[in-house]
Amino acid sequence: MTERDHHNLEGLARGLGWASLGLGAVQLSAPDMVRHMSGVDDSSLSRVMVPLVGVRELFHAAVLLGSRRPGPWVWTRVAGDVMDLTSLGCAVSHRRGKRRRRTMTATAAVAGITAVDLYTAIRAGRRPWAYGLSLHAAITVKRPRDEVYGFWRDLENLPRFMIHLRSVQVIDQRRSRWIAKGPAGKDVEWDAQIVEDRPEELIAWRSAAGARVRNSGSVSFTDAPGGRGTEVRVELRFDPPGGMLGAAFARMLGEHPDQQVRDDMRRFKQVMETGEVVRSEGSPEGVHAIRQLRQRPAQPVMSGGRP
Amino acid sequence: MRANCWMGKNKVQVRNVPDPKILNSRDAIIRITSTTICGSDLHLFNGFIPTMKKGDIMGHEFMGEVVETGPGVTNLRPGDRIVVPFPIACGACNACQHGQFSVCENSNPNAGLAEKIMGHSPAGIFGYSHMLGGFPGGQAEYARVPFADVGPIKIPDDLPDEKVLFLSDVFPTGWMGAEMCEITPGDVIAVWGAGPVGQFAIASAFLMGAERVIAIDRFSYRLRKAERAGAETLNYEDVDVLDALRDMTAGRGPDACIDAVGIEAHHPAPMMYGYDRAKQMARVETDRPFALREAVMACRNGGVVSVIGVYAGMVDKFPMGSFMNRSLTMRGAQCHVQRYLRPLLDRIRAGDIDPSFVISHRMRLDDTPRGYDMFKHKEDECLKVVLTP
Ligand SMILES: NC(=O)c1ccc[n+]([C@@H]2O[C@H](COP(=O)([O-])OP(=O)(O)OC[C@H]3O[C@@H](n4cnc5c(N)ncnc54)[C@H](O)[C@@H]3O)[C@@H](O)[C@H]2O)c1
Ligand SMILES: [Zn+2]
Ligand SMILES: [Zn+2]
Repeated sequence: MTERDHHNLEGLARGLGWASLGLGAVQLSAPDMVRHMSGVDDSSLSRVMVPLVGVRELFHAAVLLGSRRPGPWVWTRVAGDVMDLTSLGCAVSHRRGKRRRRTMTATAAVAGITAVDLYTAIRAGRRPWAYGLSLHAAITVKRPRDEVYGFWRDLENLPRFMIHLRSVQVIDQRRSRWIAKGPAGKDVEWDAQIVEDRPEELIAWRSAAGARVRNSGSVSFTDAPGGRGTEVRVELRFDPPGGMLGAAFARMLGEHPDQQVRDDMRRFKQVMETGEVVRSEGSPEGVHAIRQLRQRPAQPVMSGGRP
Repeated sequence: MRANCWMGKNKVQVRNVPDPKILNSRDAIIRITSTTICGSDLHLFNGFIPTMKKGDIMGHEFMGEVVETGPGVTNLRPGDRIVVPFPIACGACNACQHGQFSVCENSNPNAGLAEKIMGHSPAGIFGYSHMLGGFPGGQAEYARVPFADVGPIKIPDDLPDEKVLFLSDVFPTGWMGAEMCEITPGDVIAVWGAGPVGQFAIASAFLMGAERVIAIDRFSYRLRKAERAGAETLNYEDVDVLDALRDMTAGRGPDACIDAVGIEAHHPAPMMYGYDRAKQMARVETDRPFALREAVMACRNGGVVSVIGVYAGMVDKFPMGSFMNRSLTMRGAQCHVQRYLRPLLDRIRAGDIDPSFVISHRMRLDDTPRGYDMFKHKEDECLKVVLTP
């Protein structure tokens, strides 16, 4: 699931909040109509129950609409659905004829709603990257398009600016072997192949079958307007991870993985425009974006060993 | 080597730290011969700029002698005397190629941090927080100068340090402040702040042909200095600045207003000062914009407000209605120093100006903490401190 999917789900959760608001309002303002429609207008208990359920719906609406992350609150609706299904089931078993048909229709409707609630609650509750991760970033590089494309097309250049890569070794025109710094200091290796290559326009690649971290990526090159160089847009995708490793890998990308890709692109620009990644003493491991948050003091680093 | 380090709010210390080393191929290492304390350092000292870290070497206005160059530097040799511009700039990006060196797109390794606070990142700056790169500064015996092949300017031996040192920062900054006013004959320019930056803005405005310059501050020794350069002066503790400027310009208002005060402006009315000060302390406002507010209100219709005083984050109660309805233009920047080095060095050679007129104190590097205190509290008529290692 991408961040955008996640966003859509939160939207759905909020929509359910509005539905609760509408239903609750009807149950409180026209309880007799609701009792008639669900075939329980013969029960005096329902005279008390329907408005109570209305109050509960308003509670759902309040938490779903009032929360910044409504996803988990959908579970309150699921709980309500279970209550409603139980009482409706009870009602069906005690009724005959027209009333029974109306009660059954109401039960079916509530069951449908329960399914939607359950789906939303389960999906929205998960971390976005549990479904894999898709990241993108864009930058403008003040160099001609053929040069920018050419640098990227030599995949062995990628580790010069992509923080998680230790090396890329080109095997032939299409195939290459990638080594990334994995979780817990362990390297992760996989083979990749170029699946599309349109000179000076686009390069797309994908990990070969059997890779432990299934991933793919593409980069496109277009002329920036007015002689501003080349617009470079990159998309990276880590597919639903195979178990623990994938999850650990995603965690390593941190809370703001998009930011890290943007930093990769900034380093790409530095290499293209100035010849190398620009370093400072405060963030000596210039290629490690994570270091930006764990700065050393801005002082020269002790001699001996690479800073 | 010895270096002046930020050790927390209101605390700097000269400490022993490792010597700098080449990190990038276009670096040079210089032995610093003269360095200064800038008004911008006070903002760090007073704790108003975020992302400082204990141990950071401060200072961004400095010059020295090249002792080592990386393999990518071909225009400098050991022994060359150079003045180093305070913004770090690559010379190759779109901004640099348009002369906008202080927003170089490549020189801030921590651009991601700056983006969070400012939307996009400006250039890296020596000794000026981690959000602006985490580069050690120039209040030290040695410094590493990135992109040494594009920024620094070589100084001929016959010019002493004190005449050229301020090319690194305050002279071009004042110059750019005046240049942004687009001065035409007859213009009256008002300058808030008669510190070193204000003094150079005043001198530059006259060099660009301003008819009159009005300096505003509360320290009479600083105002006297401005008078000597030909400015009229206003002490904002004695007069209402808006009224006074209206009178002095026969109702028009100054044609352009320069804010050479920045984030830590002071206000004569305790209520007003307290209001913004309290907000700063509660972190709901980062900057205290009294001078800026006044500059906007004072400026003539259609005029220019030139902001060279440093701001860091958010200001409150900005007179937007005045700005918009009266067709004002506002410009600001950290100085694009690289752009002005050559022409201003020529001016110094030609005798148009001797920048050493702002120096009030000379100290050893080891006395830097005392220099900060004097400059901060404007003691002993302190205007500009020059330090020698
Ligand atoms: N844009 C740049 O590139 C650049 C470069 C250097 C310095 N600066 C900034 O310029 C500003 C001035 O630097 P400086 O070295 O002259 O510092 P400084 O502290 O010596 O001078 C500031 C002056 O402003 C005066 N002042 C305070 N409140 C005032 C008010 N309300 N109205 C009028 N004057 C007021 C103070 O009395 C003081 O004399 C600082 O903000 C500094 O960070 C900017
Ligand atoms: Zn400065
Ligand atoms: Zn640049």
